[in-house]
Amino acid sequence: MVWYVVLAVSWGTLLSAYQLLMQVLEQGEIIYFLGGWAAPWGIEYRLDILNAFVLMIVASIGAIVMTFAKRSITKEIARDRVYLFYTAYLLNLTGLYGVVVTGDVFNMFVFIEISSLSSYAMISLGRERQALMAAYRYLILGTIGATFFLIGIGFLYAMTGTLNIVDLRVRIQDLEDTRTVITALAFLTVGISLKFALFPLHAWLPNAYTYAPSVVSAFLASTTTKVYIYVLLRILFSIFGTTFVFDIIALDWIFLASALLAIFSGSITAIYQNNIKRMLAWSSIAQIGYMILGISLVSVTGLLAGIIHLFNHAIIKAALFMCMGCIFYRFDSVQLSDLKGVGRYMPWTMAAFIIAGLSLIGIPLTVGFISKWYLVMAAIERDWYWLAFAVLAGSLLAIVYIWRVVEVTCIQSAPAKDHPEARQPHMKEAPLSMLIPLWILVIANIYFGINTELTVDVARQSAEWLLGFK
Amino acid sequence: MMTEALLLQSVIVLPVAGALLISLAGERHKNLREAITLITAVLLFIAILLLYQGIENSTHLVLVIIEPIAGLSLALNLEPLGLLFGLICSFLWIITSIYSIGYMRTNQEQCQTRFYVCFALSIAASMGVAFSANMFSLFVFYEFITLITYPLVTHRGTEEAKRAGRVYLGYLLGTSICLLLLAIVWTWSVTGTLDFTEGGVFADSDVSPGLLTTLYVLSVFGVGKAALMPFHRWLPAAMVAPAPVSALLHAVAVVKAGVFTVVKLTVYLFGLGELERTGAADWLLYVAGATILIASLIALRQDNLKARLAYSTVSQLSYVIMATAILAPVSIFAAAIHIAVHAFGKITLFLAAGSIYTASHKTMVSQLDGIGRRMPWTMTAFAIGSLSMIGIPPTAGFLSKWYLLQGAFTVESWVALSIIVISTLLNAAYFLPIVYAAFFREDKDAQVTHGEAPFTIVLALTLTALGTILLFVMPGRLLSLVQLIKF
Repeated sequence: MVWYVVLAVSWGTLLSAYQLLMQVLEQGEIIYFLGGWAAPWGIEYRLDILNAFVLMIVASIGAIVMTFAKRSITKEIARDRVYLFYTAYLLNLTGLYGVVVTGDVFNMFVFIEISSLSSYAMISLGRERQALMAAYRYLILGTIGATFFLIGIGFLYAMTGTLNIVDLRVRIQDLEDTRTVITALAFLTVGISLKFALFPLHAWLPNAYTYAPSVVSAFLASTTTKVYIYVLLRILFSIFGTTFVFDIIALDWIFLASALLAIFSGSITAIYQNNIKRMLAWSSIAQIGYMILGISLVSVTGLLAGIIHLFNHAIIKAALFMCMGCIFYRFDSVQLSDLKGVGRYMPWTMAAFIIAGLSLIGIPLTVGFISKWYLVMAAIERDWYWLAFAVLAGSLLAIVYIWRVVEVTCIQSAPAKDHPEARQPHMKEAPLSMLIPLWILVIANIYFGINTELTVDVARQSAEWLLGFK
Repeated sequence: MMTEALLLQSVIVLPVAGALLISLAGERHKNLREAITLITAVLLFIAILLLYQGIENSTHLVLVIIEPIAGLSLALNLEPLGLLFGLICSFLWIITSIYSIGYMRTNQEQCQTRFYVCFALSIAASMGVAFSANMFSLFVFYEFITLITYPLVTHRGTEEAKRAGRVYLGYLLGTSICLLLLAIVWTWSVTGTLDFTEGGVFADSDVSPGLLTTLYVLSVFGVGKAALMPFHRWLPAAMVAPAPVSALLHAVAVVKAGVFTVVKLTVYLFGLGELERTGAADWLLYVAGATILIASLIALRQDNLKARLAYSTVSQLSYVIMATAILAPVSIFAAAIHIAVHAFGKITLFLAAGSIYTASHKTMVSQLDGIGRRMPWTMTAFAIGSLSMIGIPPTAGFLSKWYLLQGAFTVESWVALSIIVISTLLNAAYFLPIVYAAFFREDKDAQVTHGEAPFTIVLALTLTALGTILLFVMPGRLLSLVQLIKF
């Protein structure tokens, strides 16, 4: 019963998100004053192409994951806590939507805290005891991040007397030389980077994604990090502006360095993981690196690559984590060593894993390729050929960690006889209610890799808009 | 023209549909499954023959399938070089299918349905490579070949097969993603197009020689399937696969897709004129020459028959690359002809190796003493294949060597000439002893009772051996097709 309510909410918001996106594409920005108080005094909700797009990402992942969730949740969360999951999930969704639509930084902070607190709760619902520790660790680091963010807002407010993003942008231009504004930028950037786990602020992420229930990992990995990167874009481009952030402070070099470190350290660590969920978590850190790398190039193509990867990575990672949900549902484990020959029991799940994995690697005709294409383009446009090479070399590491799983699960020498508990009744394909949402995502991975009109167009418009070309 | 579009579509659609039907037939209807394979192969060959009929008055139609990024489409078109590759692949697929039936059943291989499905799909991808209208499409199909042949390489599922699979994927995906894709994106950002055009896409865009050389190096090394040293290790590793896979894929479809890509991008993407002007391809002659010689030397020392054949393939592939690097029109003909004749010769050798394995479970060269008397058909075919590799008339190998020598003479490249002469001697040195031992040495093991391999196997390898001779006797069609290539 509860599930149906949550499901209806998820799909309902998806519908409105879709309509909002269409409306923004047709008519331009939508502005709404909360309670009728005009900005900059009241709280303004402002929807442009960028946040309409992010809203769409969150809503569609939410809807798909919720469709998938029912059976996975009953398996992975104790029955007397299921209602807690649904409550926390809805709160989280509210928080994320709020962060995305609001045009007011303090309001943004409040929503960030709503979504963060509920995600700590969701992670702690994991069955293993380590889930509590993981959630606690996330709580501590997340709160530090939030506090930094708040301090940043405080500085800004002290200097400008406003919290409205558009208003801030106007006022901050005269104050760019002041140390307070620079400090504010530092606090805001570090605070939000902690939230989306930019290397080296990623320490909380692997455990959190590993011990959270699979549904929660799928949802968090593909929505929260994306939303916080969106917040970063807002801070850098909408509040402070490119000249200040990149020409004067040269933040792009810091981002470039940490993005590259994230890509390589994340991917290499992923190769050595035995727990597949942990492997995917490390891969997320690497993929966040790709998004930040795109941003750090400060060009339309670079930003386009970063923004489009928000969407592409969301559908890739959600699909991969959902595969782990399916496997856990049948095999009670996501340890690679327990999963020899799973492919023969769960061909559809593993096929989905392979396709999503190929997409993660960036094989043509999948979404991953589109991101990589634009990222390499952006690097070449700046004549940084070494960077283009590095991006591509990073995908080789992805091949290694994805193929380790494929090799163990799908290729095996002897038939099932040497399997310790060969052919038990529970060893079969995951139920349809899980497979169908999973395959919707897999098909989306291919569809948006073939037909990129919508995604590239939206990402390009957002990028041009952020850089002030429009 | 309508029919041309239809035929172009069918070269991809037919094998894919075949694969679907094969998987539906499954392990339960073995005969049906294999019948479908054969019928699909024959239909595909007919479709390509029809395309061949129409090539004289081709409309230069470009069939766009999808366009993921504006200006960057997955598109097919008809072009003589690709047609040649398509003809060879589809014809040899028929023969290999006949062969596979005997081989897979006699050796009781596991997962045969998967084998036939992947086989059909890899043919589909090869057809895509053959008929690609631009570099992006070619890249897509090229990657698809790698991925879909991976299950074939690891077919046995043993630890050794897994290791080979890792090497296979590592080399092929590694080079294509890190080097070839980089070159493609770079070319795209310089020229704004990736369409294969006569004279190349750089024709009017005076790029600096340095940049063009860099792009050409990245492209050629990026095509790992061409097995240019130092990226050749995957090919011997892939020999762990069943014999039909080694025969069709690692003597024809996959490796020929590699050298075909090199020829295609040299002629239609970079352009002979532009490469000659900038000297961007000069280095390739030496790398290819070195590969020819070193691979032959390694082949000399291999006792495993399939490994020896694999290194021979590495060396022979570089003939094609060297011919391309000479950059003379006649040497491009030599490259195209060598793609064809080596396909026939090498598939005969691999089919013979598989036949020996099926009948006697022998894999080593040193075990083959006197086997010619037990397996006369197989070993005669093997001898013909060997002669073709060396380039002795009346086998087809002579044809390509003739044109290659002519090409080397026109540009007065003494390096190329001496490489050809030395390598011919080396080829003779590692093939003729096998033939000699098979027919003229005494069989030490008196207890062997095996005779020839099953009928379908012998039939298949006899056909390809015949083909090797026929190509020499009647080269007219092949030559006239090759001469349609425009520069």
